[in-house]
Amino acid sequence: MDLKLKIWRQKSASARGQFVNYEITDISPDSSFLEMLDVLNETLIKSGEEPVVYDHDCREGICGTCGVYVNGRPHGPDDLITACQLHMRKFNDGDTIVIEPWRARAFPVIKDLTVDRSAFDKLIQESGYVSVNTGNAPDANSTPIKKEKADLAMDAAACIGCGACVAACKNASAMLFVSAKVSHLALLPQGKIEAKNRASKMVAMMDALGFGNCTNTGACEAECPKGIKLTNISRLNREYYISALS
Amino acid sequence: MAKLDSKIPEGPIENKWSNYKSKQNLVNPANKRKLDIIVVGTGLAGASAAASLAEMGFKVKAFCYQDSPRRAHSIAAQGGINAAKNYPNDGDSVYRLFYDTVKGGDYRSREANVYRLAEVSNNIIDQCVAQGVPFAREYGGMLDNRSFGGALVSRTFYARGQTGQQLLLGAYQAQSRQTKLGNIEMYPREEVMNVVIIDEKARGVIVRDAITGKTKRYSAHAVVLATGGYGNVFFLSTMAMGSNVSAAWQAYKKGASFGNPSFVQIHPTCIPVHGEFQSKLTLMSESLRNDGRIWVPLHKEDAIRIQKGEIKPADIAEEGRDYYLERRYPAFGNLVPRDVASRAAKERCDAGFGVGTTGLAVFLDFKDAIERLGKDTIEAKYGNLFQMYEKISDENPYQTPMMIYPAIHYAMGGLWVDYELQTTIPGLFAIGEANFSDHGANRLGASALMQGLADGYFVLPYTIQNYLADEINTPRFPTDGEEFDKAEAETKEILGKLMAIQGKRSVDTFHKLLGKIMWENVGMARNKENLEKAILEIQKLRKEFWSDLFIPGKPEDLNPELQKATRVADFFELGELMARDALNREESCGGHFREEFQTKEGEALRNDKDFAYVAAWDFKGVDKAPVMTKEALKFEAIELKQRNYK
Ligand SMILES: Cc1cc2nc3c(=O)[nH]c(=O)nc-3n(C[C@H](O)[C@H](O)[C@H](O)COP(=O)(O)OP(=O)(O)OC[C@H]3O[C@@H](n4cnc5c(N)ncnc54)[C@H](O)[C@@H]3O)c2cc1C
Ligand code: SF4
Ligand code: FES
Repeated sequence: MDLKLKIWRQKSASARGQFVNYEITDISPDSSFLEMLDVLNETLIKSGEEPVVYDHDCREGICGTCGVYVNGRPHGPDDLITACQLHMRKFNDGDTIVIEPWRARAFPVIKDLTVDRSAFDKLIQESGYVSVNTGNAPDANSTPIKKEKADLAMDAAACIGCGACVAACKNASAMLFVSAKVSHLALLPQGKIEAKNRASKMVAMMDALGFGNCTNTGACEAECPKGIKLTNISRLNREYYISALS
Repeated sequence: MAKLDSKIPEGPIENKWSNYKSKQNLVNPANKRKLDIIVVGTGLAGASAAASLAEMGFKVKAFCYQDSPRRAHSIAAQGGINAAKNYPNDGDSVYRLFYDTVKGGDYRSREANVYRLAEVSNNIIDQCVAQGVPFAREYGGMLDNRSFGGALVSRTFYARGQTGQQLLLGAYQAQSRQTKLGNIEMYPREEVMNVVIIDEKARGVIVRDAITGKTKRYSAHAVVLATGGYGNVFFLSTMAMGSNVSAAWQAYKKGASFGNPSFVQIHPTCIPVHGEFQSKLTLMSESLRNDGRIWVPLHKEDAIRIQKGEIKPADIAEEGRDYYLERRYPAFGNLVPRDVASRAAKERCDAGFGVGTTGLAVFLDFKDAIERLGKDTIEAKYGNLFQMYEKISDENPYQTPMMIYPAIHYAMGGLWVDYELQTTIPGLFAIGEANFSDHGANRLGASALMQGLADGYFVLPYTIQNYLADEINTPRFPTDGEEFDKAEAETKEILGKLMAIQGKRSVDTFHKLLGKIMWENVGMARNKENLEKAILEIQKLRKEFWSDLFIPGKPEDLNPELQKATRVADFFELGELMARDALNREESCGGHFREEFQTKEGEALRNDKDFAYVAAWDFKGVDKAPVMTKEALKFEAIELKQRNYK
């Protein structure tokens, strides 16, 4: 297939960016979206130009490294997948595809489509864990956990930290990401003990890092490649209010 | 570095580790604060080590090339992690896990290390549950297990199809806690380019900051490499795009021996290659072999019609199907170890029975399992894998069988380490997939996660103290010494040289060609003639690389082409060493199959008399032949036997 691409190019964090148009031919519908960008980059390199810089690593939808807006949608037009899992058969011959980096105050652009998501690491450092040291854990089966609860915890724990929820949100809130971690741990007896404290600390940190407030528009859930649910936000709110009351 | 001392402790195998621990030197709490440890890599091995060392009181500096430590490639592991808990009450034990691992590795691993691995396996599961890892559970609330290849018991713990992700997030969270406490300094997007040696001890690293492109120096009392595997030397593999050998390779060039480099694993269940543009291969977890049945058409005519798209798999009646693993290996059936399953698939495809448009694929069929267990059960077990398959191949595996083919997946080879996980350079340790230690010539499924976490949580944090106990009087040292100057200058020189070539071809062009040479000659089937040819071809291509490479942009900038070039430069040298190692080993064992050495039935023919050793290679110069030293493998607890899965 032949395509027109409109790609955001920005030399550095401080430089002004702009869209640049490219045309690309002979793309196999079986190739992935990132493989299509590889083909573009190969032609750019051949003509002595700098390739488009974008983050990616596993290319199987699990590391959370990739992530761009494709025609205005985080991770592109297909549901429940990351940009690296998007395949060109989802487009038509002759289409124009607009590709942009995440836009959020807490995720500044580094170069072209690459952004700085270290704010997510800072959020987890703010008690997104169970405080347990290596070495003195009790037998794994000493605390039975209801299968339903374990499954719900797993649903929340499936978050890959890609940032699409922030990118999709008009307030650039990280509420879905934070609530996924708070829920995952609060649903398990091991994590329950610190749940209230965790919720209040992570929410405060979210504000401090420049993420916006959650106004429950649900855009995050719609774009999350891992199907993280809004119910996690309700669960976070519960923990948060308990902590505010106590 | 002629002498290899494996430092295996005295005593019967089941007492070695406790003997070691009771006699080793420890560092007292006040002194721990004065000691710095560099941990390169934040996968299961690196993250668990960094967290545990920091909890103990050491000061850790941790590095990864990704933008966050949570993205290390351990995240992609799907199927599960082994432990000898025997929760299903099916006769498992530490000894059985030890035995299966040594046998699965085709008797080319070190008994003492493997026994210790099996011994600490249970602690890993306890630790992970305490961290909040949401393992799969049964309705009674207890942990669930599944079975994996090469074992007759169910000992694999799993978190849906995302076990690696959940274990890594557990370790990452433990690491984040220590980062917040100030015990770990985390440096993402900083790629280690060189190891600094002072007075024959590892004392620091040189990194390139990927954002600014500048080189930087870091010092420490010990350096731990947890940099993962080198499957990307084949270009197409199940590794992440950035996975590389560079830190380990620089250590090799500085005097660390490299163990069994040719031992790589080819995983039987990956999505087949489908085009020239392809950038990586996707694994379909081995756990699928629990319920999926592998087959190809029994008649060649049917295979040809399938390849041409004239008929569908459903058009082939039961009698026309050859479930070749069940036929050849009735005892283990679809659950034979990976090397056996991969070779059997290649054998059928080479004989013309393969499917898919290329004929390089076999079916993995869930029809019977869906009939027996229902679609819901299958979906609960493998839903995300089926979804992944469908997204890539545009076919629905609930309705039509998956197509799979073997692909490069794991490196059993790696930096040679002794029982303490120390390389031949004092103060330089290697853990996880980056070392050669526990899997011999073939790794069993669900054992890499076990080894990475065993090394990081429970082994290295002890053994490193035996070394550090002698370093308590070494003050923190600055990075302005001449050794640091020299190491940084070396790195800058390489970067400068790469940028200055200004030839015509891109890094990927070269990497793909190298991968092709490797796959065809140093892949699933090897022979003398091809290996000798491969060595010459790699050397020739390496010269072209260094004279015709083109890297656009500037070195002091975020420049992915330069990053790729530094990695591929090292892959060229590694590829050659792999071919030499494969040439040296005149036997077939595990993933290493020399066509000259096979039984009449086409099974691998091991030669214990001449090759029951670890081949540890020492660097002598890029254009000089490396030198090999043997570490003889002694089997005291297990009798050496030809593997039999029939
Ligand atoms: C698709 C897939 C599925 C798998 N499934 C399973 C499974 O089900 N069960 C199982 O037991 N095993 C499985 N494995 C194998 C297992 O996942 C790996 O062997 C294991 O996770 C490796 O962990 P590690 O910590 O050694 O390395 P990795 O997780 O690869 O981490 C390497 C780290 O080193 C860093 N690094 C590398 N080079 C440099 C450098 N030069 N400078 C700075 N940092 C650097 C990286 O940034 C990264 O943080 C699977 C592997 C793959 C690829
Ligand atoms: S919640 Fe979803 S969209 Fe947000 S970071 Fe996690 S996986 Fe990505
Ligand atoms: S590259 Fe890992 S999720 Fe896309």
